[in-house]
Amino acid sequence: MEKFTLLNGLVAPLDRANVDTDAIIPKQFLKSIKRSGFGPNLFDAWRYQDVGEPGMDNARRPLNPDFVLNQPRYKGASILLARKNFGCGSSREHAPWALADYGFRAVIAPSFADIFYNNCFKNGLLPIVLSELRIDHLFNEVNAFPGYKLTVDLERQMVITPDGATQIAFEVDAHRKFCLLNGFDDIGLSLRQADKIRAFEARRRIEQPWLFG
Amino acid sequence: MPQTLYDKLWANHVVHVEDDGTALLYIDRHLVHEVTSPQAFEGLRLAGRKPWRIDSVVATADHNTPTTDWSEGIKDPISRLQVETLDANIRQYGAKAYFPFLDQRQGIVHVIGPEQGATLPGMTVVCGDSHTSTHGAFACLAHGIGTSEVEHVLATQCLVQKKMQNMLVTVDGPLARGVTAKDIALVIIGRIGTAGGTGCAVEFAGSSIRALSMEGRMTLCNMAIEAGARAGMVAVDEVTVAYLKGRPFAPTGENWNRAVAHWRTLVSDTGAQFDRVVRLDARDIRPQVTWGTSPEMVVAVDERVPDPDKEKDPTRREGMERALIYMNLKPNTRIEDIRLDKVFIGSCTNSRIEDLRAAAAMVRGKRVASNIRLALVVPGSGLVKAQAEQEGLDRVFRDSGFEWREPGCSMCLAMNADRLEPGERCASTSNRNFEGRQGAGGRTHLVSPEMAAAAAIAGHFVDIRSWR
Repeated sequence: MEKFTLLNGLVAPLDRANVDTDAIIPKQFLKSIKRSGFGPNLFDAWRYQDVGEPGMDNARRPLNPDFVLNQPRYKGASILLARKNFGCGSSREHAPWALADYGFRAVIAPSFADIFYNNCFKNGLLPIVLSELRIDHLFNEVNAFPGYKLTVDLERQMVITPDGATQIAFEVDAHRKFCLLNGFDDIGLSLRQADKIRAFEARRRIEQPWLFG
Repeated sequence: MPQTLYDKLWANHVVHVEDDGTALLYIDRHLVHEVTSPQAFEGLRLAGRKPWRIDSVVATADHNTPTTDWSEGIKDPISRLQVETLDANIRQYGAKAYFPFLDQRQGIVHVIGPEQGATLPGMTVVCGDSHTSTHGAFACLAHGIGTSEVEHVLATQCLVQKKMQNMLVTVDGPLARGVTAKDIALVIIGRIGTAGGTGCAVEFAGSSIRALSMEGRMTLCNMAIEAGARAGMVAVDEVTVAYLKGRPFAPTGENWNRAVAHWRTLVSDTGAQFDRVVRLDARDIRPQVTWGTSPEMVVAVDERVPDPDKEKDPTRREGMERALIYMNLKPNTRIEDIRLDKVFIGSCTNSRIEDLRAAAAMVRGKRVASNIRLALVVPGSGLVKAQAEQEGLDRVFRDSGFEWREPGCSMCLAMNADRLEPGERCASTSNRNFEGRQGAGGRTHLVSPEMAAAAAIAGHFVDIRSWR
């Protein structure tokens, strides 16, 4: 996994609540057996004017000019500013894969759905929870100032505004932070506890043998 | 200290805890399907790792499988490759059980787990699918995971987890005629919202829940995720034990007795503390119909489509306006005046034998309305289908003008050929009414099987409390 330490990136605002993972990456693209290549179909139904199917040449499809990510000023954005309950619905990890493949490295929202939130950390994508008030303010700033960039300092757990005047603290679990900062895949970390897993399993086989039938 | 059911399930599975409370949680049952597993098996191969305990895996192909012409195989080459990839992965690594495409026991993963007795009380159950919450009906800690976690469970038999909060939802009193577990679920979601259970494991309790069959409890726990709660659960009682007795993977002999004795402890202790409590009176619950593009956008069948102008919260108002445009509905329209194009009875929410019996009872001797282009019944599994056919339900549906299909996820998420065309309006027994969920531009109204069946006959929603 790619390390996440310090990010200075253009912010794109997606001003709607309850953005579900079906919207982030529609089901027809879940037929892929790969982890990559989902970026061109991120927000497919909102982004294009036709109905997308796997195998299409996305570069030739008609774009929806009203969709925010299609506006030239947000080209190259790596921070997505979103509303509450972002990523609700299906557990598809294709959602963070699509966001990361598109180029996003962080999503800032007042709240996230649990499974999506968890999936982000496995893919070098940092979900940041800030208060509704802060988010409202950031939406105003992003809309008002083309080229608006934020800095995300994971080590210090701070979101920093362009002038450096405002530093907004955010929470992140120590374990997740550790994995992101170092780019660690947590399977390797968990396997360091292999002896404990084996001991737990051996005890369980005796106490509840029907679980192993 | 008195413990909740969730506290007990959690404590029973903790292998290791870090300083920040992050725990390694042991996983007993790993359900696998074709959509969210190929990248996990690939990851395992690339890292040169072996599955930790492959006999925890029960697998099936359900999302991509067609519901017609099984003799012709899977026509869509991309879908076929995904299903064949699962075949190949199971061939390479094995499984406790695999119910591939065309197997008579194949079906929706959340239907076949319980049906086979592969879901047992006290287990941790995971699957790369958010509706894994279904299995909580058996007093399991069951929730959806992402594909990286599928790989993690394959490699370590554990998940990296933080303990969730405890939430209790009680429903007490008798349910009115025509009111089902689906309506309870939708009322709860309408009350607490689609993020109301975020960060929580929800226990459903109260006399109305106790009175539900296992099928009803599965419907309810299935929808916990639509309230934002990854895990929903119901404590063990006689109904749970009776359902499991004699299932293929359920314990037998002395192990059965030992297991049942343990299962009976899987209830919240008297005086256990919950972080949040929501109480409902079953007498207030009427048949529900969603009108918007989120399961929380729901009203009773005798109500009207709400008016965004009356909503004070600007974010909510904007969401309502957007939903009404997408759904092509006007505020204050009577729900019973909404005319439909298609009807779908199926999905991991409502495709079990009890659902099909209830729907069949509504349509027996009647005909699907002329404005309904397609009325579809998709059983949850091959065994549900066989049982229904033995009871003659397939004839009842067919004689009424419904199509009787092969099992699978089908039009719940439209990964196979079953889908809504742009602009089509559907009464669906599934779980999500998101934009495009049942097909790009399709409009979904979530209802119970009885409500969907009656709507197919009438051509529009009807209040089934007065259905004759």
